[in-house]
Amino acid sequence: MNTSVEELQPQTTIASAAQRPGAETVFAALPVVKTRPQTLLAVPVGACIALAIHFFIPKQEPVAPTHYYPLLLFVMLGFGLLGAALYPFSDGLRKRMRHMCPVLGVATMTAGIWELVTSCLGLLPLPYFPGPEGVFGSMVSDYKLLFDSTWHSLVLLVTGYFIGVLIALVTGVTIGWFPHARYWGIPLLKVVGPIPATAWIPLAMVLAPSALFSAVGLISLAVWFPVTMLTASGISSTRASYLDVARTLGANRFYLVFRVAIPAAMPNIFIGLFMGLGTSFLTLVVAENVGVKSGLGWYVSWAQGWAEYGKVYGALIIMAAFFSTIMTVLFKVRDRVLVWQKGVIKW
Amino acid sequence: MVALMTEPAATEASSLRVRGASKYFPAVNGAAVGALALDKVSLFVSAGELVSVVGPSGCGKSTLLRLIAGLILPSDGEVLVGDEPIIAPSAERGLVFQDPNLFPWLTVRRNIEAGLVARGVLKQERAQVDEFMRLVGLEGFADAFPHHLSGGMAQRVALARAMINHPKVLLLDEPLGALDAFTRMRMQDEVLRLWRAHRTTMLLVTHDIDEAIYMSDRIVIMTPRPGRIEQIIPIKMDRPRDRSSPDFLRLRGDILETMHFAGRSLAGNGV
Repeated sequence: MNTSVEELQPQTTIASAAQRPGAETVFAALPVVKTRPQTLLAVPVGACIALAIHFFIPKQEPVAPTHYYPLLLFVMLGFGLLGAALYPFSDGLRKRMRHMCPVLGVATMTAGIWELVTSCLGLLPLPYFPGPEGVFGSMVSDYKLLFDSTWHSLVLLVTGYFIGVLIALVTGVTIGWFPHARYWGIPLLKVVGPIPATAWIPLAMVLAPSALFSAVGLISLAVWFPVTMLTASGISSTRASYLDVARTLGANRFYLVFRVAIPAAMPNIFIGLFMGLGTSFLTLVVAENVGVKSGLGWYVSWAQGWAEYGKVYGALIIMAAFFSTIMTVLFKVRDRVLVWQKGVIKW
Repeated sequence: MVALMTEPAATEASSLRVRGASKYFPAVNGAAVGALALDKVSLFVSAGELVSVVGPSGCGKSTLLRLIAGLILPSDGEVLVGDEPIIAPSAERGLVFQDPNLFPWLTVRRNIEAGLVARGVLKQERAQVDEFMRLVGLEGFADAFPHHLSGGMAQRVALARAMINHPKVLLLDEPLGALDAFTRMRMQDEVLRLWRAHRTTMLLVTHDIDEAIYMSDRIVIMTPRPGRIEQIIPIKMDRPRDRSSPDFLRLRGDILETMHFAGRSLAGNGV
């Protein structure tokens, strides 16, 4: 009975077990670590199914010269078995596996189904929908250019994002704090802000000395608007009583702005940062397509030009991992900065 | 002007003098006329005295406190601490609201430090932080964030945060109003303890007559529209006061009567 609860809500159960001394002794009396078979078997079974599809079902298309996909499946199988073997010995590993194994198992199996639908049954037209070997093979064989593209995208994104955020924080705080700045700034924001940054591309190409320069500018612009808007609204809606208290504690204007208004606006600022990150991804990909001759966005359209759809999907997979990693980093930063809100916010 | 009679000739540095102060709030969108929140209020609080202000809502209690804090300026008259007129908020006059208004992004310790940081004296006076955390019994919560605190604990932090600047005057705007009855009584003793330890001049706005009688040297009764001082009642009982003693209850009855029949019982009470 305890097993299913433990599986579904490990944290809750641990917490309540710690509160009830009786329950704790029950747990201590059981030397065997109970577990659901799904946790242990998900990845190995998924990998075995995918491998069976790969090796035993005849292919419609000519066999690829590379064997990276089955290699990847064997690696997954190996890790799955290793995890299952080590499962009883590490508490941390158990927690991770309970969390990750079902997802990984299904993902591995999905790769098998993908191969079944494409390479084996030929249900989807080529060359637009290559099988897993086509994608993983081209990813591995073209890793140098992919790595280079990812690096260029990263540099461009980070540069544009930071410049945009920096400027946005200055303008946002200014507009939020000074009534005069608000009077002139808000109309400007309302008129210019909603124009998508990508719509400025024609102008940017004329004005900027180089494509790279205009791309950085466009990304900064894309980030600037939401961050400025949210920062300004956060600053101007700082609770008046916080400012009153600070004044009676002897605060000068510097303290009021930097130690009261800005921290109070931080939750809003982070909403702006997340919105800005989303628009900056979009702008990055578009900018790489039109002017900059490097980066993942460029790679995708370049590979498409050669009808190498394996590379297109490979680049999309890398892009997904790349963007979600950056998103995760921002979430981690948010969790650190807004640690005081822990338990208050739910996003 | 009656209040001025109790005023001594020499003014001490941390005495508080409100001289004919009026505050008029002009009409804002919708209202036909503005409001006279305070009408020629005069009050003298000598150094180290604890004075309560009671009265129905809208009688200008909070306006009076904000005037003294320097957060707003009087339309007429003046407010002085010692001999200095109040023109802006300063660390000399601490303010504690009903809502503790702790900075939620700072831990308990950093909240208490805030006044020292704001004045730029944290380095020299860091030892005080521990002292004040001990004084309000929050040593164990130094690294907790405000939303983890109970109402009473949060208000203790707010008190420590205001007291760490050693203000000449501490203004308390219904500081215990949001607490349950038992916590409130305990906190009343805490405030008295702080008051005795530091001999701070305190002005306490409250709507709890028992609290006013239990804590203060004098009670100022105000009437609304326009806000005026109706009567000032000195409390002669020794501390700690017994909340159920006959003297206490009689005083309570008197004050209630004054407030219920406002305007009629003025003459006989010998203020």
